Amino acid sequence: MAENKHKLLEVKRLTMDFGGLRAVDSVTLEVYEGDIAALIGPNGAGKTTFFNCITGIYNPTKGDILLHPKGLKTRRLNGLKPNKVTEMGLARTFQNIRLFPDMTVLENVMIGRHCRTNSGIFRAIVRGRGVREEEQQIIESSYQLLEKVGLAKFANEFSKNLPYGAQRRLEIARAMATEPFLLLLDEPAAGMNPQETTDLEQLICKISAEGEMAILLIEHDMKLVMNISNSIYVMEYGKKIAEGAPREIKDNPKVIEAYLGEETDA
Amino acid sequence: MEYFLELFFGGLTRGSIYALIALGYTMVYGIIQLINFAHGEIYMIGAFVALIVAGVCTIYGLSGVSILILAGIIAVIYASAYGYTLEKIAYRPLRGAPRLSPLISAIGMSIFLQNYVLLAQTSDFLPFPRLIPDFAFMEPVAHIIGSPELVILVTTFITMILLTLLIKKTRVGKAMRATQQDMNMARLVGINVDRIISLTFVIGSALAAIGGVLVASYIGQVNFYIGFLAGVKAFTAAVLGGIGSIPGAVLGGLVLGWAESFAAGYISSAYEDVFTFGLLVVILILRPAGILGKASKQKV
Amino acid sequence: MTDMLQNFKKSILVSIWFVFLTFPLMVVRVNTMNQVVVWRWTNLVWVAIGSFVLSYLWRYMLARQQVRKKVADEGGEIRSKTQLLLEDMSFRYKAMGIILLAALVFPLVFDTYQSTIMISALIYVVLGLGLNITVGLAGLLDLGYVAFFGVGAYSYALLNHHFDLGFWISLPIGGFLGCLFGVLLGFPILRLRGDYLAIVTLGFGMIFKVVMENWDSLSFGPSGIANIDKPGFFGIDLNLANSTIYIYYIMIGMVIFTILVTTRLRNSRIGRAWIAMREDEIACVAMGIDIARTKLSAYALGAFWAGMVGVLFASKTTFINPASFTFMESAIILSIVVLGGMGSILGVIIGAFFLILLPEYMRAFSEYRMLAFGAAMVLMMIFRPQGIISNLRQTYEYKGSKEKINNG
Ligand SMILES: Nc1ncnc2c1ncn2[C@@H]1O[C@H](COP(=O)(O)OP(=O)(O)OP(=O)(O)O)[C@@H](O)[C@H]1O
Ligand SMILES: [Mg+2]
Repeated sequence: MAENKHKLLEVKRLTMDFGGLRAVDSVTLEVYEGDIAALIGPNGAGKTTFFNCITGIYNPTKGDILLHPKGLKTRRLNGLKPNKVTEMGLARTFQNIRLFPDMTVLENVMIGRHCRTNSGIFRAIVRGRGVREEEQQIIESSYQLLEKVGLAKFANEFSKNLPYGAQRRLEIARAMATEPFLLLLDEPAAGMNPQETTDLEQLICKISAEGEMAILLIEHDMKLVMNISNSIYVMEYGKKIAEGAPREIKDNPKVIEAYLGEETDA
Repeated sequence: MEYFLELFFGGLTRGSIYALIALGYTMVYGIIQLINFAHGEIYMIGAFVALIVAGVCTIYGLSGVSILILAGIIAVIYASAYGYTLEKIAYRPLRGAPRLSPLISAIGMSIFLQNYVLLAQTSDFLPFPRLIPDFAFMEPVAHIIGSPELVILVTTFITMILLTLLIKKTRVGKAMRATQQDMNMARLVGINVDRIISLTFVIGSALAAIGGVLVASYIGQVNFYIGFLAGVKAFTAAVLGGIGSIPGAVLGGLVLGWAESFAAGYISSAYEDVFTFGLLVVILILRPAGILGKASKQKV
Repeated sequence: MTDMLQNFKKSILVSIWFVFLTFPLMVVRVNTMNQVVVWRWTNLVWVAIGSFVLSYLWRYMLARQQVRKKVADEGGEIRSKTQLLLEDMSFRYKAMGIILLAALVFPLVFDTYQSTIMISALIYVVLGLGLNITVGLAGLLDLGYVAFFGVGAYSYALLNHHFDLGFWISLPIGGFLGCLFGVLLGFPILRLRGDYLAIVTLGFGMIFKVVMENWDSLSFGPSGIANIDKPGFFGIDLNLANSTIYIYYIMIGMVIFTILVTTRLRNSRIGRAWIAMREDEIACVAMGIDIARTKLSAYALGAFWAGMVGVLFASKTTFINPASFTFMESAIILSIVVLGGMGSILGVIIGAFFLILLPEYMRAFSEYRMLAFGAAMVLMMIFRPQGIISNLRQTYEYKGSKEKINNG
């Protein structure tokens, strides 16, 4: 990994227990500026749990999660509430889509703007000029994000009526609306057809190329992972079993075994 | 000391009734994660049916413990039938709906059943015939614990043993436990989940009816509204013990019974209900999963 | 043909089942007080016929529901003409103008009695809109809402009794105290899941009543507080008819104020956060929204209206006691929100009028009112969970594209 790149996220020996089950076992991981990092591994390896720990949904049993925002001082994320984590600049999508079904597509993205805006109750009731301008800004920036992910034409549809692939992209737009510098995507291509996957691949590359946010993604689609990521972490049974560039991972015997083992199971 | 013992047994009696009703809440919640708000009404219907049977019998000149048993059996049958129908009408069509929907349906059903009994019968408190005699052997301790209390304690004790046997030892019990743990898995291994859910309602309702009959004959009166408060308190007991947990419901019932009895005896009886809910709030804040419930993290 | 026979058989079975089920309660009426038994056999016939017919209806409705669900699942959204009409702003403004006009001339056309009924319907409109914030928008089930109404009513009654404070000063105080109690109640239950919330709020409602019944030195116990002043009208004493009309207009003003503010809240940053929290709490917090704050604000702002309209209630009836603040009251307000359509301001208004006026004008059936409420709540959840007026779509204008896109 290039030395001169700024380290954004540093996870040290992260461990998460559920009762007797150790879902994440002492995993260390780093994400650098401009990275598209991937976290892969067979079903039940603990990838989603890892995300949940970093984003404050679970409080990890052991380990450190350190965030190094550019130009600001380092923050330890352990035990922070999810909304605080998001405010710090991490945003995520969910493996099993969690949109707000009875809100429109645009409103879903507008929710993402919440933590970057600040008009309160009284100002909302009075609805003075400042509030109206802020509202309009929220609408415009959300709409631009929809254009970016190619959902502008659905802006006023209820999000529950979107096709599956579009829902996944909406989740990405919503997460981006919180202005993160690190975007966490949990299986963004799950359930997509090949065409949609290609589109998604381009979208992720575009987001990364804009340079505002690094990306850490969980994905089962190996082709996608190999195409776009510059560093890969592999988990199995909660443990990290390999890390490195796509090429190294492809030939790693441990990784092959983990995946082959899974296939014979299935 | 004697006063203490009196309160102790009073609390135990009361608590065992709460436990009987709480079991219904906990079993249903354990399986379909629904607060069956109408459960208190099932208890009331049980008491009312028993009153009708006992009333008709006494008016036609029959009396004694055997009438109480007869009234109890019929009450149990009817309460079970009501519980079964309730689930079919108000909850089954709402499987898979957002969580608030079945809850509101349950509240609606509770209001409906209350008013159904009110309109079909009366709003007055009706006296329940005295069918439990004073046992001679209880004479020496009668100032601490009376015969009706003894009957309640013995009956609830036997009922709970039977319930435990049913759940632990029989095939149906195993199927119930499996469904509680993972409904989809249970369905995959060939358990008829719908039947198990119905059965849970039936058993819960039967327990509530037993409680209803015991309370009615103990307090000596019945009214369409008794189910509401009893239901709320029993639910409190279930939460206290850890909702979804069967031993938890029993423990919660007893704790609540004692808490109320001692608070009413030593502090003030007017604020009894305030203590109940105060206790509930405190428990939920300190230990949201209840005394015996295990805290589980929601999967994301 | 066999289908018909099957249906017939099913309905017969249902009918027999319900005859069995209702037998002891509907047929036998025993009065253990004076030892008489009445056998009401005709009821049996009614139950048999009624359940037979209803079972046909039930099956038909369920089947229809199934079809609708299927269409919705396949992505085809059914938007009715009414919905589209209601989403049309110019229609909305016109309709509002007409309704406002009708509301203003109402007391001049009808007598005092009608105005009184209308006032109580309007009180429920405000209560419904308030609870709509907590339950409808934020998705926090509150079964003790009537306590805030009571807080408002008692605060005016006591302020008036002890300090001779007038209606207009007490009005914001009542609202503010409602808010305060909303926050007080909200704090301990922030961490609770939806269903626990229901039981705890129910408990709070009951605690309020018990305390008011027993804390004699504060609340005068079950006998309540009498001789509360009606709203003052520039120091002039109004006769009954005129003061009713006056209160009616105050109430209209309050309803307009409530609609205005709740609409603005709904369409604000806060309102969106409430809805998002209702839709998916985890996604909501993951998007950077502070759940605790959002919940507290939903409780406080929901309670505000109850507190405020409580003041008006006390001044209208001039007498209050704890019996006005029972769980049934909470249940009625909740059914207004549920029937109207959770989250829909228009729906809640219609729901309030429907539920309060219908029993008033159908006095003969008024004993069946609560029975019907209960049944309506169940049926509504099964057959029309979105309520009378379902969630209307909020559309926005943006410069991003050339033309304003309205329908996808
Ligand atoms: N809230 C929880 N409570 C208990 N166990 C959990 C919880 N969440 C996850 N687990 C367990 O932790 C393990 C890891 O699950 P996780 O969802 O993180 O896997 P994953 O790598 O994301 O798998 P997939 O590729 O299928 O999404 C699994 O065995 C799962 O059952
Ligand atoms: Mg996963």
